[in-house]
Amino acid sequence: MTNHWIDIKNSDCILIMGSNAAENHPISFKYVTEAQKNGAKLISVDPRFTRTSSKADIYTALRSGTDIAFLGGMIKYILDNKLYQEEYVANYTNAPFLVGKKFDFKNGLFAGFDSKNKKYDKSAWSFQMDEHGIPKMDRSLKDSRCVLQLLKKHFSRYNMKRVSEITGTPEADLKEIYKTYSATGAKGKAATIMYAMGWTQHTVGTQNIRTMAIIQLLLGNMGVAGGGVNALRGESNVQGSTDHCLLWHIWPGYLKTPRASNVSLEAYNKKWTPASKDPKSANWWQNYPKYSVSMLKSFFGDKADKENAFGYDWLPKVDDGKAYSWLDLFDEMYNEKIKGFFAWGMNPACSGSNVGKVREALGKLDWMVNVNLFDNETGSFWKGPGVDPTKVDTEVFFLPACASVEKEGSITNSGRWMQWRYQGPKPLGNSRSDGDIIMELGAKLKALYKSGGKFPEPIVNLKWDYLTDGEYDPHKVAKEINGYFLNDVTVKGKNFKKGTLVPSFAYLQADGTTSSGNWLYCNSYTEKGNMAARRSQKDAPNKIGLYPEFSWCWPVNRRIIYNRASVDLKGQPWDKEHWVVKFEGKAKDGKYVSKKWVGDVPDGGWYPLQNPDGSTRGDAKHPFIMRKHGHGQIFGPGRADGPFPEHYEPLECPIEKNLMNAQRMNPTAPVYDTKADAHATCDARFPFVATTYRVSEHWQTGLMTRTQPWLLELQPQVFVEMSEELAKLKGIENGERVKVESARAGLECTAIVTPRFKPFKIAGNTIHQVGIPWHYGWRWPEDGKEESANLLTPPTGDPNTRIPETKAFMVNVSKI
Amino acid sequence: MSKAFFIDTTLCTACRGCQVACKQWHDLPAEKTVNRGTYENPADLSFNTYKLVRMREKVADKKLGWHFFPEQCRHCTEPPCAETAGDPSAIYVDQATGAVIYTANTAKLEADEIIDSCPYNIPRKNPDGILAKCDMCNDRVVNGLLPACVKTCPTGTMNFGNLDEMMTLAKQRLAIVKKTYPKAMLADADSVRVIYLIAYPPDLIHDKVIASNNRYHNITRQVALRRIAQPFTNILRV
Repeated sequence: MTNHWIDIKNSDCILIMGSNAAENHPISFKYVTEAQKNGAKLISVDPRFTRTSSKADIYTALRSGTDIAFLGGMIKYILDNKLYQEEYVANYTNAPFLVGKKFDFKNGLFAGFDSKNKKYDKSAWSFQMDEHGIPKMDRSLKDSRCVLQLLKKHFSRYNMKRVSEITGTPEADLKEIYKTYSATGAKGKAATIMYAMGWTQHTVGTQNIRTMAIIQLLLGNMGVAGGGVNALRGESNVQGSTDHCLLWHIWPGYLKTPRASNVSLEAYNKKWTPASKDPKSANWWQNYPKYSVSMLKSFFGDKADKENAFGYDWLPKVDDGKAYSWLDLFDEMYNEKIKGFFAWGMNPACSGSNVGKVREALGKLDWMVNVNLFDNETGSFWKGPGVDPTKVDTEVFFLPACASVEKEGSITNSGRWMQWRYQGPKPLGNSRSDGDIIMELGAKLKALYKSGGKFPEPIVNLKWDYLTDGEYDPHKVAKEINGYFLNDVTVKGKNFKKGTLVPSFAYLQADGTTSSGNWLYCNSYTEKGNMAARRSQKDAPNKIGLYPEFSWCWPVNRRIIYNRASVDLKGQPWDKEHWVVKFEGKAKDGKYVSKKWVGDVPDGGWYPLQNPDGSTRGDAKHPFIMRKHGHGQIFGPGRADGPFPEHYEPLECPIEKNLMNAQRMNPTAPVYDTKADAHATCDARFPFVATTYRVSEHWQTGLMTRTQPWLLELQPQVFVEMSEELAKLKGIENGERVKVESARAGLECTAIVTPRFKPFKIAGNTIHQVGIPWHYGWRWPEDGKEESANLLTPPTGDPNTRIPETKAFMVNVSKI
Repeated sequence: MSKAFFIDTTLCTACRGCQVACKQWHDLPAEKTVNRGTYENPADLSFNTYKLVRMREKVADKKLGWHFFPEQCRHCTEPPCAETAGDPSAIYVDQATGAVIYTANTAKLEADEIIDSCPYNIPRKNPDGILAKCDMCNDRVVNGLLPACVKTCPTGTMNFGNLDEMMTLAKQRLAIVKKTYPKAMLADADSVRVIYLIAYPPDLIHDKVIASNNRYHNITRQVALRRIAQPFTNILRV
């Protein structure tokens, strides 16, 4: 979330789309409800009427996989009716940037497409530069090559009639929602988006979010209270684990995993450190080498020095152009390239897309270690449905982990709050904390490598000193993440003693004198103490619910990021009532003469762009400091599939032709092709659109909830929801068991026949959609009949992130 | 000071935290259920289920609604069940809170008669004849805690406090909700300690939202006799 949970209450209009917050983030409704009581409008857009929809002022349905068409229509509406916040758009976004001559969009393809490798040459999307190497701009937004004009041209095709034909949403509903939402383009008004996997798990997942980011930038909704782009995370600590490099392509703090072509630390830092020639661009990532070197010092301690490039060569490099995501790992495993596997706090035999392939892949391993609270479908795959245990050679080890309440540590919530929590009861039986298990594993590996082995340095040289009295010490790790001064040093005129904690990332160095396991968390555990353990309930002076001394928030306790966009050029808030920051420096003769920001921690403490008399200041910085050019990116030239979003159909869809362009599906999306990766589009055998989702009563693959009788009582069985019209067509009675089949597998479900699903009119045809929760698995309930909906889901994903497309695919439904 | 709930169904998202919290506090076993073509489960209140969120899909004013109703004992100000029982060792009203409390002695009562007397069809019988229902978490309340269902509610649907405060809150919310839903009402607010605010006519929500009058008037001869004798028995009890 760019904002945070409490901040939802400050919104004037809440769009819940691609998520089902009332059911899957129930506590968020405390703040949604508060906003509604204050007069906010709640809009729910979902293929099916949900518990969220039941509380909405406006509800409408769309066919799964058509969000870009829906939102693209809103972009067109905003531009056609000039509802954007012009001052914001012209000064804070890249709308005025002039795009190079090569950029073009034809037949559903952006310029630079390499059809052989299904990849774009992104240099075709670069900006025009002036003689100083700064992007050329037209702040009047009139130049035909400026981003705003190109955006207008690009989305001119997204008229409501065509959008309605694609999405199945009635034109009247589109218009009402566009009108209601874009009313927040007015100064001082804010709208927010609450989204989750309903947007991300598509072959166009990243571009779904990009489309919304464009809308929020146009309406001036980024950086303001009650605004932002807010991802509702699906686990209590998924934000924290992503920050600390859960994903293959990033190191902690969103540093890049080095490629094989980054042959040295110098080459690596040069490649990933952006350079801006604009004196008004803070270009915060120019500090990249300070963060990468401090991380290496944190990993390897005294063993890392300038001579050995701080141990850079000891860390693995990924092959250029090759992906190592979840989908790729299991593809490699299926192809017998991976022989050993740790499933740690995961249940891939139920959670991945196309889990039939995952389960087969597990059988090709030599060994697997399953670290979890309970046995699960993954650990017991060798005795699962249709598996002959005598034919499985995989040796499976189970390490019982203790539960979250049995250990001390921190979790980081969706709103980026790092919150410390304490141990309640001691771990039961032989179960141990993840920290203890991994510390012992590391110690064993170190001992083994000391007595030989290939390339021992990465393991032998690891610092690995996080034990106290033989036990894992979460405080030692938290301090390591924050980072230390490793010498007596003077930074920015301040003296620091060796061994003291670094007060914030502004003091990190690239010369090996500081360590920090994750620069983004530098400031979380300082000489002042454990910031995440703070519990003060005092609000900030702006009284918008920031509670700055309750827990700690990255970066540097900034509760709303991009917050300098919440003020005008003179540093005064657009919204006087719910202001986030404001400039209170002294002025003399119409010029600011001293610096003072109040409210939230500002996104950099520079002077505002203008003086009170309207004159431009040379010492100011643009507000989007993490972007190379300091501007919010309406034009996003870094994405794999295009600088603007475009509607493409899912891998499996009900119409043969994309009504928006000549490409049926995202031309850059990966599609896997082993014999376990069957897929079928516009196939009469699988005529119905399907999606998967969660219910309030279960969590993830259900390992902690299916085993809980009170929750199983509420939702005992996997079900498929369908419209009354579809049930009639197929002769299905409410409550009877039916079969759902995709090109990959079949699944027995209980039918819920409901008016909450309605058939769609897509390009003149009636299209039915069904939905299935994915919480179940054969291991529990005992009868083994409630299986995973991910048996059905397809073998493809987003080209940027490779998140699987589990939210839109095709099935058949029939009586048993 | 007598206590009351105010249940604002316009805010309920049917997360069912209340339903689970109730079982957890009372340590009630889960029932073996099946999906009946609806999210609502178990199918009915029971000896082991005191609280049940009813979920109804109904069209009103051409708009589909999914109406949620966290059903529980109303702790009537003049509880017909207690009156029907006529045995304070089996059913009594806690004078401190107003909670209508059932004891193991309910096994001695005519269970069907007690159940029939309830205008909201709440009490349920164990095979051994003991009756059970919501007890207002009276053990929590007399120790200064909120009822478990109220404590767990994230949206402000479930509220609990002194009767007059809850009535004030209910009337304030009704006035606001009426602006959007002109048919909004407080269900039987004057005769219960569990005041529901509903946005739609009761028949769209659940068949026992308001008291079924025929039950109220259809009293047995014993009850009629007891009512005549009540002023005297009350004196004796004091």
